[in-house]
Amino acid sequence: MKVPRELKYTKEHEWVRVRGEEAEVGITDFAQGELGDVVFVELPAVGTKLSQMKSFGTIDAVKTVSDLFAPVSGEVSAVNTELKENPAFINQSPYEKGWMVRIKIANKAELDSLLTAEAYEKALGAHA
Amino acid sequence: MLDTTSTLKRTPFYARHTALGAKMVPFAGFEMPIQYEGIVSEHRAVRGGVGVFDVSHMGEIRLTGSGARAYANRLVTNQVDLVPDGKAVYTPMCLDHGGIVDDLLVYATGEDRLLVVNAANFEKDLAWVREHAPRDVEVLDENEETAQLAVQGPRAEDVVTRLYGDRAKDLEFYTFFEEGSGEDWTLVSRTGYTGEDGFEIYVRASRALVTWDRVFEAGAPALIRPIGLGARDTLRLEMGYCLYGNDIDETTNPLEAGLGWTVRLDKPEFIGKDALVGIQKSGLPRKLVGLVLDGARIARQGSEVTAQGQPVGTVTSGSMGISLGKPVAMAYTRIDNAGTGTKLEVRTRGTESPAQVVARPMYRAGSVRAPKPRRNP
Repeated sequence: MKVPRELKYTKEHEWVRVRGEEAEVGITDFAQGELGDVVFVELPAVGTKLSQMKSFGTIDAVKTVSDLFAPVSGEVSAVNTELKENPAFINQSPYEKGWMVRIKIANKAELDSLLTAEAYEKALGAHA
Repeated sequence: MLDTTSTLKRTPFYARHTALGAKMVPFAGFEMPIQYEGIVSEHRAVRGGVGVFDVSHMGEIRLTGSGARAYANRLVTNQVDLVPDGKAVYTPMCLDHGGIVDDLLVYATGEDRLLVVNAANFEKDLAWVREHAPRDVEVLDENEETAQLAVQGPRAEDVVTRLYGDRAKDLEFYTFFEEGSGEDWTLVSRTGYTGEDGFEIYVRASRALVTWDRVFEAGAPALIRPIGLGARDTLRLEMGYCLYGNDIDETTNPLEAGLGWTVRLDKPEFIGKDALVGIQKSGLPRKLVGLVLDGARIARQGSEVTAQGQPVGTVTSGSMGISLGKPVAMAYTRIDNAGTGTKLEVRTRGTESPAQVVARPMYRAGSVRAPKPRRNP
């Protein structure tokens, strides 16, 4: 199970890649493994305003459905539309092709509340 | 996470599952493999080749004694007394009011009747069967000592014939043979829950692991794969087969569940007959239908079904129809909205998906319906 060092994480198993003013968001390798085969992702439209740790979409796997939580507040600046045709990217490549949205970060201080890779791994350890 | 696994039972194949890296989950009191590689690829492996399911959690109850045939026939709605030796019969077993105690397979083996019931219902069924048993019937619990594998897929015949010879190839759908006795007892039936050609193999628990290994050895040329309960569910759902606890239970009857073909109202007597006759006479208010949804949003158990916004029913099973390429579901809807082709909507998490009533089975390309070529005229 991969937990890339350079990313930040939430306890709800989203990852965050900070690129300048934007945060790219997806779900972790652990999360995709727990969900199993993803068949549908519902994502917000570009321009939607998100609030930190509020649901911004849902992810349907064959067996179950799960909410997605916004790691930071801000406006959606891009959506990975390829997931509509290829939801399996989330299983195959959770940190690259499986990215979901980019958020224009409203308040950079919120980034401090996210987990480091080490802290996220520790949280996972409690699961395992 | 809480350790919920410690009180769960394990099938004799547990060590094989963990060695294969299966994801194990609690199911009906057992620790069972939900998937190995992934539900989608396992589903496709069964539709296109052959897969093996550990279904040892299913419960076996043997009725023996001079009254076994007659008693079995009184317990269930289908005809199981006058069927030829070597025949398997799918049937519901009902309460007096017509609600379904369980759905099961009845194997006609000589004067005995072997009942194969759902894992979650085993204790309840055993109590029900013992409670109603006459003096000339002995009810034997063979659950612990029996292991079961389902070998399913268009290439299942190759694999099972390699193991058991032409006897297996010659089996018609819903027939079986037995061989050996004691610990070497084996029962092979041409049955399944996937919509593909397939077999179910019963052995004593002491022979379980060697049987697993032989099945995988014989299946190696056909690229046989282990399949988890996740794909078992998506395969059966595409076929519109009922799952007890989802689509049928004690509050539903076989007539509204579309299982009328298994209810022999012409039998002189069986438990629930009077109620079912009455239900049929007064007309069904609702029916279990197959649904195919537009879009990719998946209906889930409990999702509301509407017709032009008005509530008309509830989803009992829903998932991705992996071979259909569309979400599929089963739902009880009002009888007026149950006709094939009826346009409905399914509400999932506040969003409406258009859906259409489709005759079961929703998936019709499975090998189970393919006529079996005769080897000799």
